Amino acid sequence: MNKKNIEYTYTVIENRQLTAKTWLMRLAGPAGVIEAPGQFVNIAVDGKYLRRPISICDYEADGEITLLYDVVGDGTEIMSRWQAGREVSLLAPLGNGFDCSASGDSPLLIGGGIGIAPLYKLAKMLIAEGKRPVVVLGFNSAREVVWVDEFRATGAETHVATVSGEVGTKGFVTDVEACRDAAHGYFYSCGPMPMLRALCNVMAVDGELSLDERMACGFGVCMCCSLATTDGARRICKDGPVFKKSELIWK
Amino acid sequence: MEIKDKDLKVSLSGVELQNPVVPASGCFGYGYGMAEYYDIDCLGSISFKGTTLHPRFGNPLPRVAECEAGMINSVGLQNPGIDKVISEELPRMRQCFHQPIIANISGFSVDEYVECCRRIDAEEQVAIIELNVSCPNVHGGGMSFGTQCESVAEVTRAVKQVTTKPLYVKLSPNVTDIVAIARSAEDAGADGICLINTMLGMRIDVRTRKPVIANVMGGFSGDAIFPVAVRMVYQVAKACSIPVMGCGGVSTARDVIEMMMAGATAVQVGAANLRDPYACPRIIESLPAEMERLGIDRLADIIGVCP
Repeated sequence: MNKKNIEYTYTVIENRQLTAKTWLMRLAGPAGVIEAPGQFVNIAVDGKYLRRPISICDYEADGEITLLYDVVGDGTEIMSRWQAGREVSLLAPLGNGFDCSASGDSPLLIGGGIGIAPLYKLAKMLIAEGKRPVVVLGFNSAREVVWVDEFRATGAETHVATVSGEVGTKGFVTDVEACRDAAHGYFYSCGPMPMLRALCNVMAVDGELSLDERMACGFGVCMCCSLATTDGARRICKDGPVFKKSELIWK
Repeated sequence: MEIKDKDLKVSLSGVELQNPVVPASGCFGYGYGMAEYYDIDCLGSISFKGTTLHPRFGNPLPRVAECEAGMINSVGLQNPGIDKVISEELPRMRQCFHQPIIANISGFSVDEYVECCRRIDAEEQVAIIELNVSCPNVHGGGMSFGTQCESVAEVTRAVKQVTTKPLYVKLSPNVTDIVAIARSAEDAGADGICLINTMLGMRIDVRTRKPVIANVMGGFSGDAIFPVAVRMVYQVAKACSIPVMGCGGVSTARDVIEMMMAGATAVQVGAANLRDPYACPRIIESLPAEMERLGIDRLADIIGVCP
């Protein structure tokens, strides 16, 4: 059996604050490691026992990767202090990623909060394939709105919803008109569980969703992130994080 | 002696291991998943994921909480059940792993332990049965057997009657007198002792004021528990005459050597695999040089040397 290395040393190129809680980190690493949009990395943080699983927002053929991450606890707070030039141990590529071939001509890409991150590379790839993705991004308030210009710069039609109503449609992503447009035969989504649950209830078409969960290993051996699906127990880190809408069971 | 000639071999109740390094149950699945990342034939053995008579999904999520120098898990013995392990997991394991296998078996009644062990005993690949009477994450089973001398003896005796392979009893550290428990297992016919399983622990999210883990409590493992494991291995190895497999917080070649000096014949590596998937091969690779530094030619010579 061919052995696949999953541990690499990356070098921080840039690490800067975008909003009150969201940061961007660009890292240089070996080319050809990341296989699909929607995969994630598990980052070793000095002084922390477990790694931090973070979605890949963007990756280039030369090995550069971009992460968007929220500073939510001690580990991500330490990450936010990393300077350019720092070497970091990453497990990558982890997880399955999105299936671009399922998209149809004009899929919806629906992200909530930091869950918008993995949809960015997906949007770029779909556009490169000549598809017309429509992006819907949801945030709680104006101060959390992030990466919208970058999505627009891909050429994708991009809509924003905020719960506060300060930016775009007032309400949730499900309140955006485009989510009910029958022109979109498929959807991709990543965001908080309540949003994913609401989407699965609302969306008539098939789609796939990327789930977020506390993990230990990130590569499929500890069973800390198991999910009951229509296909039995699945590991979010290894069998996911992307699951078909039809596989998910909402209690 | 040259470094390349260092002798790493150990013997557990007649089962020869090429080295003492064994991934601990629950941290390595059934091995083949890890074989995607490296050649797992370098390992001494593998203690596979705790298996029960019936399939189990395990506990609700979140199942993990981070700690200083360790982690708490409450997976709850998720496994496909003994029949599927025999029909599906073991054949997959056989394709990529050709060293002796340790079958970790758990249960909720003496009858379940007996039936599960009887079935796994018939599997040629399995060299040693590890009776898990110490899982802290299931109610009415696991650890409840391992915290009283009488029940440890009862389940050990019952399983011993239906098995032919060496039987190692994996003990919980969550007891008042580990030596008394280990002696009960030995007196009941156990061929060896494995210890320690995880320590019962808990974390609270101070922002939500609720337990981090859905099941409230879980098993604490990782570097932090190493001194406790060394102490218990030392006590049990001194008090019993059967071999001990040491487990708990091991992450380096030096830890392996320390655990063996405390009395362990083989050494299991658990949580370290989860933060570093290459933890076990790294330990094995660095053992000869570490032995050289410490003046050791044969690892087997240092078992229990600590007075």
